Amino acid sequence: MDTSYLLIQTLNGLQYGFLLFLVASGLTLIFGIMGIINLAHGSFFMIGAYLCYWLAEKTGSLWLAILLGVPISVLVGLVVERFGIVFLYKRDHLYQVLLTYGLILIFNELRAILWGNDVQSVKIPAFLAASIPLTETQAYPIYRLFISFVCLLLAAGLYVVIQRTKLGMTIRAGAANREMVQALGLDINRLFAIVFALGAALAAFAGMVNAPVSSVYPGMGEEILIVSFVVVVIGGLGSIKGAFLGAMMIGMADTFGSVLLPTGSGTVVYAVMALVLLWRPQGLFGRAI
Amino acid sequence: MTEIVLETRALSRHFGALMAVDDVSIGFEKGEVHAVIGPNGAGKTTLINLLSGELLPSSGSIHFKGQDITRLPANAISHLGIGRSYQKTNIFPRFTVFENCWLGAQSRLPSSFRFFRPASRYDAVRARTERALELCGLSQRAHATAAAMSYGEQRQLEIGMMLATEPELLLLDEPLAGMGAEEAHKVVELIQRLAKDHTIILIEHDMDAVFAVAQRLTVMVNGRVLESGTVEKVRTSKAVQEAYLGEDEAEGEAA
Amino acid sequence: MPALSRPVIALLLLAIAGAALFPLTAETYYLKLMTKIMVLGLFAMSLDFLVGFAGLVSMGHAAFFGVAGYGLAWFANKAGIGALEVSLPAALAITALVALAIGWLSIRTTGVYFIMITLALAQMLFYFFKDQRYWGGTDGMNVFKKPKLAFGDWVLLDLSNRYVLYYTCLALLVLAFLLLLTLLRSPFGRVVVGIKENEGRMRALGYDVARYKLAAFVIAGTLAGLAGYLEVVRSAFINPSHLSWHESGTVLVMVLLGGMGTLWGPVVGALALVMLEDSISSLWDHWLLLMGGFVIAVVLFLPDGIAGLIRSLGRRAPKSEAADD
Repeated sequence: MDTSYLLIQTLNGLQYGFLLFLVASGLTLIFGIMGIINLAHGSFFMIGAYLCYWLAEKTGSLWLAILLGVPISVLVGLVVERFGIVFLYKRDHLYQVLLTYGLILIFNELRAILWGNDVQSVKIPAFLAASIPLTETQAYPIYRLFISFVCLLLAAGLYVVIQRTKLGMTIRAGAANREMVQALGLDINRLFAIVFALGAALAAFAGMVNAPVSSVYPGMGEEILIVSFVVVVIGGLGSIKGAFLGAMMIGMADTFGSVLLPTGSGTVVYAVMALVLLWRPQGLFGRAI
Repeated sequence: MTEIVLETRALSRHFGALMAVDDVSIGFEKGEVHAVIGPNGAGKTTLINLLSGELLPSSGSIHFKGQDITRLPANAISHLGIGRSYQKTNIFPRFTVFENCWLGAQSRLPSSFRFFRPASRYDAVRARTERALELCGLSQRAHATAAAMSYGEQRQLEIGMMLATEPELLLLDEPLAGMGAEEAHKVVELIQRLAKDHTIILIEHDMDAVFAVAQRLTVMVNGRVLESGTVEKVRTSKAVQEAYLGEDEAEGEAA
Repeated sequence: MPALSRPVIALLLLAIAGAALFPLTAETYYLKLMTKIMVLGLFAMSLDFLVGFAGLVSMGHAAFFGVAGYGLAWFANKAGIGALEVSLPAALAITALVALAIGWLSIRTTGVYFIMITLALAQMLFYFFKDQRYWGGTDGMNVFKKPKLAFGDWVLLDLSNRYVLYYTCLALLVLAFLLLLTLLRSPFGRVVVGIKENEGRMRALGYDVARYKLAAFVIAGTLAGLAGYLEVVRSAFINPSHLSWHESGTVLVMVLLGGMGTLWGPVVGALALVMLEDSISSLWDHWLLLMGGFVIAVVLFLPDGIAGLIRSLGRRAPKSEAADD
């Protein structure tokens, strides 16, 4: 394995990790603050990807598609929260799992009705379509760098929001102690709606920017959901920092796993999770359970 | 002829910066009732949680009959013969009183990996359950659902479950908490009866009850032992009078 | 503890008698459909032991269903062994070992962690079978050789006969039910149910909680394996989707729909779900849309499932003996 090949794989691993972080951070926030385990979180990723494909077809521009798609997914998130999740706040995890499982079935069928079951592709915008040549035979696509850059920017933005703003303070307080938010006289319903919509938007956005490289296909939501679970389990439920570290680990493990162990690539990320669990059952940054 | 049965050596436990239990060394003597008193937040319940294995200490050690039990888990400590009751009622709410005590009694089988014979046919367990019900005074209520009983009865059950494990040393965490005068009187009597053949460590805010049953007292304040010894010694201690006994009415109300 | 009230026992006996007589009248299609219902019922019942009694919400129960299925496929296709007395115990033993490993890892955690970890580890097995050509990859394998229990020339059970298969499944379903009932009434069962009710107190009373939870996990996993074995006998086919998380989700829906904590409820849940699928899936391609809505409706309006509905009807009837458990 020469250095440029190694570089390419590392960049791929990072890019996948950043993407995972966008999905997993929403998942972990929604659990940490709302106490909800949301199986349908992956569906937002899928919805984002399909919206991107559909809107890009209609408008002819990826940018316009993303610009229109994000508000739509926020809206979808709000609707799901107000008309579904809201019934689950006081319920056992079992019911949360089942209701959100029902949502997945609905989203999958709606997708099949609206967009069919074929694999679709989204065009990379012309000015990002080039590649950076590394050696005579190897090159790295600029668009992938662009994804990494945008995801990193969003992650940084998320960090600033959570650390520096009033909303972020409320979110942190909510993650540490749900009663405290109420004691502080903050509107818990509004907070929940914002957090859920934010999570949905992050996942959907990840689906959108990734659509041109991954293509758009049924089942993509479940795929990313389960890997995001792995990320959250590794990082520790409710911890954004943990989600970031977990996402990087899994991004790398998955990328190098499929290079080094082509027939066992699917199992590598789970083996990493099992190892972390042996060491720290509550995840890297989780509170002791 | 005093024999130390349970002993803590420089036992400490902190939560972040808070020293809940700070350098506590106490010897508990066999066959005595030793009350631990102190204002709320003094670290009494944390001490019980350390002794019963539900919390791990930050430093120091715990010895039971000469054996170091500092790092043993709660279930192992229970099997050594140390039983505990909880300040906050901790029962199996949807089970009957009998089933609650049964679980305590059954834990004394060498193992519960017994898969086929119906539990109800284990006569020794049944006998132990009935003894515990008798002791805690709930024989008549055996088939009531725990959640449907009065608060006082639930407190009795709390003790009954522990007795079903037939411990020789009892850790009682505020057994009278929230009880009416009549119920409290019954529990004090129960403790007096138990005191005949058990070693008891008692946390309690009700000073009348404490003086009625305890031979020894330890006063804790801010996680530290302020004074420890016979009831007389502690009663006459200046430090205690200043720090605590003078305001026991108020603390009793707060509990 | 599943207190079976007399009306429930009567209903169950009636149902078993009905199931025993069913092949006399049924067309082959419905005989096969009923076999499928019983196999899935057994699968759901095994999960109910875990969710409804031990309080362990597993989202990866299909892993054991599938592993045993692949186990049978291996004996039939790769080793050419059709002897039931070999393939069944071996498949169950492998399943039990897998359940022991997955359980050992996941039992250290609780609540949402447990849900996510069982899901993830099941997914790991899903990829294990999907990624390898040896196991037929995504396409899976046809398993035409049916297990047979024979002593010399005397064939005791030939599962290629659909009637023999039907009655075998019925007998195993009833046996599994009785086995789990027996377990629940034993000292072990009392501990398991106690852990669900108040784990911390069980520990303080002296129980090594993790060991009992692990045992419950392995028992439930092995019974799911029995169902998976029968499933492959029945359908003559195995592919990775048998281990998929949709399968785990579906069986969890059966448990909830039928009524958790009853053992028999989930069998009713399997019946209801399979009948529903059978009647609407041919009418509309997008029937899963209705299924999703149905699942949500059950969560919101029927949290105690069909069994709960039966119970509350019994309670409303003035002279009913229906006891609450």
